[in-house]
Amino acid sequence: MSSNHTIVTEPDPIFGRLTLDSIPFEDPIIMTTFTVVTIGALGLVGSILYFGKLKYLWDEWFTSVDHKKIGIMYIIVALIMLFRGFSDALLMRSQQAVAVASESGAGYLPPEHYDQIFTAHGVIMIFFVAMPLIVGLMNIIVPLQIGARDVAFPFLNSLSFWLFVSGALLMNISLFVGEFAATGWLAYPPLSGIEYSPWVGVDYWLWALQISGIGTLLTGVNFVVTILRMRAPGMTLMKMPVFTWTSFCANVLIVVAFPILTVSITLLTLDRYLGTHFFTGDMGGNQMMYVNLIWAWGHPEVYILILPAFGIFSEVTATFSRKRLFGYDSLVWATVCIMLMSFVVWLHHFFTMGAGANVNAFFGIATMIISIPTGVKIFNWLFTMYKGRVEYSASMWWTVSFFLTFTIGGMTGVMLAIPAADFVLHNSLFLVAHFHNVIIGGSLFGYFAGLTYWWPKATGFTLDERLGKWACGLWTVGFFMAFMPLYVLGFMGMTRRLNYYDNPVWNNWLLVAGAGAIIVLCAIGVQFYQMFASIRDQKNNRDWSGDPWDGRTLEWATSSPPPFYNFALLPNVRDRDHWADMKEQSLAYKIPEQYQRIHMPKNTWAGVVIGGASLAFGFAMVWWIWWMAILSSGAMLAAWIAYAFSDDKDYYVEVDEILAIEQKRYANLRRTNEKPLKDGEVDAVTISV
Amino acid sequence: MPSASVANSKLVPGPLPPGYTGYVSEEQHHDYGGDTVFGFWIYILSDCVLFATLFAVYAVLQSNYAGTINASELFELDYVLGETALLLASSFTFGLAVLAANRDHMAGLLTWLLTTFALGAGFLYMEIMEFIHFTHAGAAAWSSGAWSAFYALIGTHGLHVFAGMFWMMVLFGLLYKEGISEANRVRLMCLSLFWHFLDIIWICVFSFVYLMGVI
Repeated sequence: MSSNHTIVTEPDPIFGRLTLDSIPFEDPIIMTTFTVVTIGALGLVGSILYFGKLKYLWDEWFTSVDHKKIGIMYIIVALIMLFRGFSDALLMRSQQAVAVASESGAGYLPPEHYDQIFTAHGVIMIFFVAMPLIVGLMNIIVPLQIGARDVAFPFLNSLSFWLFVSGALLMNISLFVGEFAATGWLAYPPLSGIEYSPWVGVDYWLWALQISGIGTLLTGVNFVVTILRMRAPGMTLMKMPVFTWTSFCANVLIVVAFPILTVSITLLTLDRYLGTHFFTGDMGGNQMMYVNLIWAWGHPEVYILILPAFGIFSEVTATFSRKRLFGYDSLVWATVCIMLMSFVVWLHHFFTMGAGANVNAFFGIATMIISIPTGVKIFNWLFTMYKGRVEYSASMWWTVSFFLTFTIGGMTGVMLAIPAADFVLHNSLFLVAHFHNVIIGGSLFGYFAGLTYWWPKATGFTLDERLGKWACGLWTVGFFMAFMPLYVLGFMGMTRRLNYYDNPVWNNWLLVAGAGAIIVLCAIGVQFYQMFASIRDQKNNRDWSGDPWDGRTLEWATSSPPPFYNFALLPNVRDRDHWADMKEQSLAYKIPEQYQRIHMPKNTWAGVVIGGASLAFGFAMVWWIWWMAILSSGAMLAAWIAYAFSDDKDYYVEVDEILAIEQKRYANLRRTNEKPLKDGEVDAVTISV
Repeated sequence: MPSASVANSKLVPGPLPPGYTGYVSEEQHHDYGGDTVFGFWIYILSDCVLFATLFAVYAVLQSNYAGTINASELFELDYVLGETALLLASSFTFGLAVLAANRDHMAGLLTWLLTTFALGAGFLYMEIMEFIHFTHAGAAAWSSGAWSAFYALIGTHGLHVFAGMFWMMVLFGLLYKEGISEANRVRLMCLSLFWHFLDIIWICVFSFVYLMGVI
């Protein structure tokens, strides 16, 4: 995207290498997007100021250390980034649908643009859609499921969120100022080195991921400690809900795998900024080492994305089969085995790089073995449904679709695990179809099921069931239409990341794939409409009991949404599915005799400020604005130290406040949606749009 | 904590114990300090993986001198012994600082913490001098893959030591503000873990990099 005159080699002391030429004024797509985004952003900010909501947003949301609010914010940002990531997908599909040619220039996206689009698509979907969706759900639900009042380190939780936002914003700024990496989402050298990517694209990639990666690592530490040390009395590890188990394993993976990403990114940064020779083609660099390092992180990463989704399916299946989950022990052990084995399969991402038959054989076999525990889980879920009184709610629809979709994706994964087969299929569209199959069919459908299942808990009203089922149907049909042709194309020899191709037979399949993408677009449209309509009609869909699905685990023992302290009294657990047990023993809704003061953390500005400063730092490092880098890193340190010196970090909630909130809860238990609110009648909570 | 009255069978919980409401009537005090220290151990775990990765990078690149000057020609073990002595001594003095804190002896705590800081500063000074010397001798970070890996590993360790020293200064401020408070004990414990961890990493560094480098 840069012409030679935009690449500044001698940075200006004030602006670094940033010039007016860095803004792509000549690109109509980007300029249109910029105009629309700016108008939208100004409109949003304008309406916030007009309705006087700035103080509310700052006090109640931005400075919040409440895990429920932080989780909701993660999900909101993820859904916004889904827009951009999916737009990239539509751009790619439409380009490939028309670009039949024997030389460059076909379609409407020149290679330098197209390469940035598929890179951005991958980075956004993995780091800024999938990760925040699951981190958001874990944030909202895990403390509730273990009977805790917050995570172990609420301030770090807030900081993690704002570091993530900083990374996402940096990525979005790259669209309008400069360029993004054109290297693929993992930015292999030498293409990502300073010689072949001299401008700012790869630097945006480096800093966006480095900054948000620190946030993720802190989340990992936070949840490992939360789950190990803050469970309610009586909840031994083997009494935890399965979603908490899978979240625990995912967070252990985060703690152990993300430092590898940190090192890989840092070494590439040093190569680009200081001229070191980690991954250069000369003077002792080793480019294959980068591939090993990045996939040593990358493989655990995909298990971080899928394990919590498996947990969600476990919860949903048990609840909507009205049955205790089948094979809890084997589900837990399967999860732990997957967690451990995820560290010994990474080479299957580059069988063709030349490690040799013996090494390939080891990793091929290990990859096949790791598929077995997942198979165990599928059978456990099916056996849970067997002889249950199954209710096919929207969450169950996502689950059933997952059974079909993910199984196919898993099987193609086992095919790819055979090194000899992979030599034909590596980096073909077969691979692309496989990973989309498992990420969409597995992770994304899991997150959608979880979103639907836990939406009433977080917001106080249910999502429209009919629209949810339509969304699931459209997503499933759209997914199959968009990706089954890619399996065929992979066998026919089409590789990934092609800007144009000269085989007209491929075009037929790509047109089908393009149509599938349009159907997925409709599905996403239905989902956004579902959210909009459900918010609009929330008064008719209120979840008064806090337990709309007759759930089995502790999150359903609170009101919807829960009070900020979650539980007035901590649960005393004696069984798995403790809430189901309490309902069976008629203990579920008994009003307690006495309440106690509750110790809670206070909101703080520190997370927002450090996050904001990190954005300035990242931008400064990309553009070589050294004074800004120094000032912003100083600001981050100063904010951190100021928070350390603060005496105002926590407080006690007094019994009368707790009593008032709990009384309202018990009053709400008697209400139903058959009696809509009368004029002037005050509601417990309403989300204003 | 597991309740003593929980039934053995996991499938059918059995009859309720008398007075059981499903909730805790009297909450035990939660050990927030213990959470913080445990969390710091988990952070140390992640830092271990970070250094392990840097060691792996060094292992892969250690022979890639690409014709430039070799490690065996530059490493001086006596010098490294001096650095090591300073760092190990600083770990010892940190231990003395923690003992003083446990006895609520502020003067002792400050003295030993200051000594630790000085020893750490001495270590860093020696390390920076070594880097400058190497760079002038043709072994800069950008000279070759092997040297890049050396500086990445040793440099990251040095940056961690520097961060620990910065943290010590902040802790001095917090000690001045609150004395040997409960919160400060937790902070001191975490810094102690950090400092000893860096010492252990250094032992791996001088064994794996310096000792093996001169063979």
